[in-house]
Amino acid sequence: MSDLLSLSLTGARDALKAKKTSSAELTDAYIGAMEAGKSLNAFITETPDKARAMAKASDEKLAKGDGGAMEGLPIGIKDLFCTQGVLTTAASHILDGFKPEYESTVSQNLWNAGAVMLGKLNLDEFAMGSSNETSHYGAVENPWRRSGGDNAKLVPGGSSGGSAAAVSGRLAIAATGTDTGGSIRQPASLCGIVGIKPTYGRCSRWGVVAFASSLDQAGPLTRTVSDAALMLGAMAGHDPKDSTSADLAVPDFEAALTGDVRGMKIGIPKEYRVDGMPDEIDALWQKGAAMLKDAGAEIVDISLPHTKYALPTYYIIAPAEASSNLARYDGVRYGLRVDGDSLNEMYENTRAEGFGDEVKRRILIGTYVLSAGYYDAYYLKAQKVRALIQKDFNDAYQSVDAILTPTAPSAAFAIGENEDDPIKMYLNDVFTVPASLAGLPGISVPVGLSGEGLPLGLQVLGKAFDEETVLKVGGVLEQAAGFDALPGFLAGGK
Amino acid sequence: MSLDKATVAKIAHLARIKTDDAQLDAMVADLNTILGFVEQLSEVNTDNVEPLASVTGHGLPLRADVVTDGAYPERVLANAPDRAHGYYAVPKVVE
Amino acid sequence: MTAEKSNLVTGNTGDWEIVLGLEVHAQVTSNSKLFSGAATTFGSEPNSQVSLVDSAMPGMLPVINEECVRQAVRTGLGLNAAINRFSVFDRKNYFYADLPQGYQISQFKQPIVGEGVITVDLPGGRSKSIGIERLHLEQDAGKSIHDQSPTKSFIDLNRSGVALMEIVSRPDMRSAEEAAAYVKKLRSILRYLGTCDGNMQEGSMRADVNVSVRKPGDELGTRCEIKNMNSIRFMQQAIEYEARRQIEIIEDGGTIDQETRLFDANKGETRSMRSKEEAHDYRYFPDPDLLPLIFSEEFVEAEKAKLPELPDAKKARFIADFGLSPYDAAILVEEQETAAFYEKVADGRDPKLAANWMITELFGNLNKAGKDLSDSPVDEEKLGGLIDLITDNTISGRIAKDVFAEMFESGKDAPTIVEEKGLRQVTDTGAIEELIDSVMASQAEKVAEYRSGKDKLFGFFVGQVMKQSQGKANPAMVNELLKKKLAG
Repeated sequence: MSDLLSLSLTGARDALKAKKTSSAELTDAYIGAMEAGKSLNAFITETPDKARAMAKASDEKLAKGDGGAMEGLPIGIKDLFCTQGVLTTAASHILDGFKPEYESTVSQNLWNAGAVMLGKLNLDEFAMGSSNETSHYGAVENPWRRSGGDNAKLVPGGSSGGSAAAVSGRLAIAATGTDTGGSIRQPASLCGIVGIKPTYGRCSRWGVVAFASSLDQAGPLTRTVSDAALMLGAMAGHDPKDSTSADLAVPDFEAALTGDVRGMKIGIPKEYRVDGMPDEIDALWQKGAAMLKDAGAEIVDISLPHTKYALPTYYIIAPAEASSNLARYDGVRYGLRVDGDSLNEMYENTRAEGFGDEVKRRILIGTYVLSAGYYDAYYLKAQKVRALIQKDFNDAYQSVDAILTPTAPSAAFAIGENEDDPIKMYLNDVFTVPASLAGLPGISVPVGLSGEGLPLGLQVLGKAFDEETVLKVGGVLEQAAGFDALPGFLAGGK
Repeated sequence: MSLDKATVAKIAHLARIKTDDAQLDAMVADLNTILGFVEQLSEVNTDNVEPLASVTGHGLPLRADVVTDGAYPERVLANAPDRAHGYYAVPKVVE
Repeated sequence: MTAEKSNLVTGNTGDWEIVLGLEVHAQVTSNSKLFSGAATTFGSEPNSQVSLVDSAMPGMLPVINEECVRQAVRTGLGLNAAINRFSVFDRKNYFYADLPQGYQISQFKQPIVGEGVITVDLPGGRSKSIGIERLHLEQDAGKSIHDQSPTKSFIDLNRSGVALMEIVSRPDMRSAEEAAAYVKKLRSILRYLGTCDGNMQEGSMRADVNVSVRKPGDELGTRCEIKNMNSIRFMQQAIEYEARRQIEIIEDGGTIDQETRLFDANKGETRSMRSKEEAHDYRYFPDPDLLPLIFSEEFVEAEKAKLPELPDAKKARFIADFGLSPYDAAILVEEQETAAFYEKVADGRDPKLAANWMITELFGNLNKAGKDLSDSPVDEEKLGGLIDLITDNTISGRIAKDVFAEMFESGKDAPTIVEEKGLRQVTDTGAIEELIDSVMASQAEKVAEYRSGKDKLFGFFVGQVMKQSQGKANPAMVNELLKKKLAG
């Protein structure tokens, strides 16, 4: 079984095509893995029956030599994607019992490509968090543990923590995620896997529970860069149901993985060398730059002067949009209702009980920054700084093809460690948020281990709709790093 | 700018989140920490900068005026916590 | 603007001026909703015209309907307004049971249509310009039903997401009559354009009225907003009541609270709206699910070229070409169908005569019968046929009225009725002379009186002759011949 579970997405695809295994066999292995990995709390809802039925249908297609790009491959879906007839929670109490009457465009694209659904993955409530600790369904455990003595349970990062833990611990061959300020890339880094956030507009947001509409973007979490290329290709595409979706053809992302970065210019932004950055992160970054240089790329020092202001900008814009996006959870049409004597009381009771503390914090901040008298000072100001941040990138991309940075300022931390200080938690996204604000694509690739034996990733950022370069550079890093360390927990064993 | 308890209570009501006194105290502290953090934006010179609402750079796509949706009240009401006679039901409102 | 004396309201402390501004919500004529593909038909089963977008299911997204954009642009052009080729949709955030998203998608800072002006028609053929501040597109809310259960309100989302145009006037109106004229004129323009059916009973057009009062020449007073007026008559009553209420409060030494009020048509009163008591903070911000609405000058020009002749232009043409009074012209152009009816009747005939017959007889009878022009038993051709009989002296105007009544009753045409009833006018000199002779013979005494100088008896003789002829004698000929005969 461990052989099957050790296959990458592209590896399994090739094995299925070559009839070395069947989707039923592969899917059964993963259903067993989900069972074995229950302690990670990666899934909110498991759908083994559905998985078996889908696998059977895939095997029929594969037998005839038919099937889509993801035919028969069992994946997990972040529980922010609405799935028809399957409980969809956004990890919030307020969506209790909610079974959508519709399927999100991205998950539908995956099913159309033949993918098999294992279940719905845990996340931070409404994707608000960087540690997966804000979930109503409990924290997710990172399959990795620190080496040497300390056996503390670690966070997988967030918000796509269930997705990252599942892929890392081999409870799913790959998983969908969403990234608003780093929610794919940061957990990928903390779990030692690959995660790509494509350009804003590349994947449809239709049917994805909204957090911050101008930032939310779906993407895959996978074991390898070519897996990411395969799965992103299946997820992406223009959707007339999403007005912000880009009307562009989806390139053959796998074909972009030429391994050739010779002559390419890679920017190293000096502002990312933030105060208090651990030496090992800095060292990893330099190592990554050296790898790309060795592969024939030119390393260029660049400046993104407004980097420092990205996080505060993000923590105005994202909560503002969220405060409005989450107004629909009012106990009237779906989910939790806590009764009250009047309509207003019902609203207030429902939302007080239905939302967790972090979500409430963000709703209140968002409500405040949009309120009369404060809009200009906060929201409008943040939109202006956002323009400057986008301009920084536009300027930089005049002279470089891609940008290399660390993904996160630290390796995985212990569950409960950063809980008390919201700002400390927010700082996890310091390297991922700027590209989110500019809508640009970014990938996190595992490149090394921390002193405590935990995975660390580097981030490659690209120009808008140039995921091909991002994947290509990520692939070269992956190749050069040869990251093959495995987490402490691995379904099916090592 | 610093938030006091009354302001937080007002915001919580605007957002329709019932908040008791102890929760209010904790929220005041948290929100002030966050506001203190975002305050640094005031250092940035944004004169003559156009606010950026969307990164897409294209205009609004238009759809044709054709009835393509609806006519499925059961699906619309399927998840309702309370319903009656084809309507959503809520505590009585006095206008 | 100086106060017009006739509009002032007299209070205990002197004269008061009423200041009115209107926000009219007009439902855009379209097949599907503003941001979803659900139907807009009126009066369907509850929640049957609701998409997952309209019911604000998680992850649902709005996509704008091009026809609604086009209709807003056409309306803007019809209101002589500036068209903003770059506009933005904002979210207006508030909680209410029939507002499923928790926000209404509207336009706040950058509406699709800017300033314009329309001319409204007032009694006596007077007119007045009323400024339009803006027009923007927004979503309608659903409907709350409060009277079906003692403990619950029921929510129907069929209207949720239907496109509305909110048309905001300047506070340029000074009386309930002017406000009524404004709504009528706006309705007329929208119906000409085909951008809103103007059906106030079905709620396709509703007005929020901002009412304040002041002493002439003073600054604007504090206003109250009367919500959701869906009848012009009730709106006038509400304005008059509200102005009186405000005057009484101020004259008693009180002050007006800025608030939202509802009109109770049964009591003829306005009252404060409890559900709107709380101060709102709508937290407008650009909807991140949507992008700026941008269109070209060519698009606007093309729409402009396609506009029909609007009521003002038609009215001016009727005055210039047909010699109608401004009052008559205004009546005839209010509805496009009426104007078209009139033009057919007037074609090749005396246009003033045509206007008189339409306004007095046709509209009078339709009104009495509670019928619309569209189901009038007398169509353009028939009315024209009647006018032809008057013009060629086949019947007199007096007889024509009877013929018309018969036409309206039976639906027959005028020549048939005239023939059937033998109403053809008598224009034969010999026949009329016979009638005169017979009258003079039977009224010898009166003839003598007349001849001795009692001139005013002439009318008596005319009446007698006409009576003898059963009204069919040509009155001009009767006059002429009678004069000769009486003179001896």
